[in-house]
Amino acid sequence: MNVYDTLQVLIYAAALAALARPLGNWLASALQNDSPLQARVFGPLERLIWRACGINPGVQMNWKTYSWALLAFNAAGFVLLFAQQLFQHRLPLNPNGDGPVGFWLAFNTAASFMTNTNWQAYAGETTMSYLTQMLGLAVHNFTSAATGIAVMAAMTRGLAGGKAAQLGNFWGDVTRTTTRVLLPLSLVLAFALVGQGVVQTFGPNVRVKTLEGAGQVIPLGPVASQEAIKQLGSNGGGFFNANSAHPLENPTPLSNFLEMLAILLLPAACVFAYGKMGAGARQARALFAVMFLVWAAGLAGALYSEYGSAAASGGTALMEGKETRFGVANSVLWAVSTTAASNGSVNAMQSSLSPAAGGIAMFNMMLGEVIFGGVGSGMYGMLLFVLLTVFLCGLMVGRTPEYLGKKVEKREMQMALTGILAPSAMLLLGAALSCAVPAALASLSAKGPHGFSELLYAWASAANNNGSAFAGLNANVPFYNIGLGLAMITARFMVIVPCLAIAGSMGAKQPSPPSAGTLPTDTATFGALLTGVIVIVGGLTFFPALTLGPLAEQLLMFKGGAF
Amino acid sequence: MKNVLTAVKLFLVLGVATGLVYPLVVWGGARLFFRGKAEGSIVTVSGRPVGSALVGQAFSGPGYFHPRPSATGYGTMPSGGSDLSPASAALRAAEARRAAAGDGDSPDMLCASASGLDPDISPEAALAQAGRVARARGASKVDIISLVKAFIEPRQFGFLGEPRANVLLLNLELDRKYPYAGK
Repeated sequence: MNVYDTLQVLIYAAALAALARPLGNWLASALQNDSPLQARVFGPLERLIWRACGINPGVQMNWKTYSWALLAFNAAGFVLLFAQQLFQHRLPLNPNGDGPVGFWLAFNTAASFMTNTNWQAYAGETTMSYLTQMLGLAVHNFTSAATGIAVMAAMTRGLAGGKAAQLGNFWGDVTRTTTRVLLPLSLVLAFALVGQGVVQTFGPNVRVKTLEGAGQVIPLGPVASQEAIKQLGSNGGGFFNANSAHPLENPTPLSNFLEMLAILLLPAACVFAYGKMGAGARQARALFAVMFLVWAAGLAGALYSEYGSAAASGGTALMEGKETRFGVANSVLWAVSTTAASNGSVNAMQSSLSPAAGGIAMFNMMLGEVIFGGVGSGMYGMLLFVLLTVFLCGLMVGRTPEYLGKKVEKREMQMALTGILAPSAMLLLGAALSCAVPAALASLSAKGPHGFSELLYAWASAANNNGSAFAGLNANVPFYNIGLGLAMITARFMVIVPCLAIAGSMGAKQPSPPSAGTLPTDTATFGALLTGVIVIVGGLTFFPALTLGPLAEQLLMFKGGAF
Repeated sequence: MKNVLTAVKLFLVLGVATGLVYPLVVWGGARLFFRGKAEGSIVTVSGRPVGSALVGQAFSGPGYFHPRPSATGYGTMPSGGSDLSPASAALRAAEARRAAAGDGDSPDMLCASASGLDPDISPEAALAQAGRVARARGASKVDIISLVKAFIEPRQFGFLGEPRANVLLLNLELDRKYPYAGK
């Protein structure tokens, strides 16, 4: 690493830390609707939307109503996107004449974008029409992000509210998140990206004759608008196959910096919104510190691996699967951030990272996408780990565990463990099944530990709604389209519904003032305990699998072995 | 049931706002202020489009600077990398082959890019090819080297990203300044 590499990493971390809190306050104000400025600017549009839909956002929902509204909203989006792909050849705005998307691929993609995963078993530029991209996939980029934030809002209200806390209104939360946060941020970022060269046009692809006389197609489309929300909403689904490595999707170091900042911006802001909405600034700071430190540790490990592996293999920098304009440091910074958050976009090919760095990317996902995680989902996922930590500490000292003054009891623990274990189970069972089914093994492009890493990465990505891939895997086969599709849906809603159930049961409890025996949850001690629980749960569950894949491969590489 | 109807209606209304109005607003603004960039930064030579300034294209003639290896052979439909592991025998063999190709042995010229469409090479890779290009074009090596140096883009704002040279723009300038008789 040279001084520029270090400088860019530090500037990135500083920008993230500086912007997260003000944006979190803005987000909290949007969800609580307590800012006269926001109400004046965005109120008229919102009232128009609600009148058109017959919605009264003032009606409070209990956790079951909230869940049903959320599930209906997501199901509606799923059906619309599924159908749109199957019939895109009959719909307008298809200047390149893309045919209908295959049935199971359309299923997989609809599941993927509904769940904020953006796993892509297709190449955008050869598969999806402009209309499917912008009125299908990009719409889900907004709605799935808004869904995540809504769940975080409801859970926050349940945990931090007083007795008989009100959870809010799903329609209101989703709308206000979209109008006050996602759309304005996306507009700003989209214009900045076009200024750097990201395309935004509805015209057909341009055919050129190169200087040496060959034909080349310059793929176009409404990319910038989609790129902005893809990065901000922890979605990650690229307009083009190469995702943010594609020069028309991420053309300059500045566009790269902005897109990379957008990966962690809202997830980090959610932590401060959680504090602002009632949990308190000290709680938010402690959780932010835990996330930041685990992210930084992963980054340090990945950078060490990338530069160390290069030194071990003769000093040639590992530039395979990386772009010249970004170099090694920006590629690794992106890889770690995109897997710590459940974004899943890439500016370099994950599969060509040094094995240990690829392993850290996998481990980030396996932790349950709570190291900042997805927008909203990182925060509510983290709260499950907080409840688990509080409970374990309560067992150790023999007192009834409490969080924010409310007793944590059997039901909450059942729900928290469901939310923590469901994705892990999908991941391990899916990976095990893939090792046993010939049709699944036929999709691998590499032999040995790297082949195993390809399938392990796929399941880690789907079962934690990340969406990045070791893209050597041929994922567009029925086994993976169906299996990963089901994993994405299960992982998303088997976490969301337990979180809302916790919001319901905790919301009904009377908070009691802290006593001498209360375990404070805003201290460094608690932060260390929480980090331990997250890493140990992740480590114990996945260490054996990681040993067979990235660890074995890294050791082989250091020995100079190739396969 | 009422929920389902509300859900469908809200999804459609938000869909129109985020899936039609929003991209159209970005498109309109982009057209107004950054039209060339929004339409692909297309480069033309005497009115004919020859490529995009942002998208790499294949060059193999000795009189042109060569781009990085590409897993797609600079095909754009679709883009992508090799996805080879740095520990794989296939990548080591490819690197050895590329080292023998004579485009220098800087890491970028030994390794395929992520997009397959990397428009840039490192300054070292450009300088390493200057001698070959000069010979093929009957130009002096000193002139070609100074041309390369003029085309090296530094880090953005002095610290972001990596220094690099855009291969297509460099080759266009070559064609302008040192017309090339052979193909």
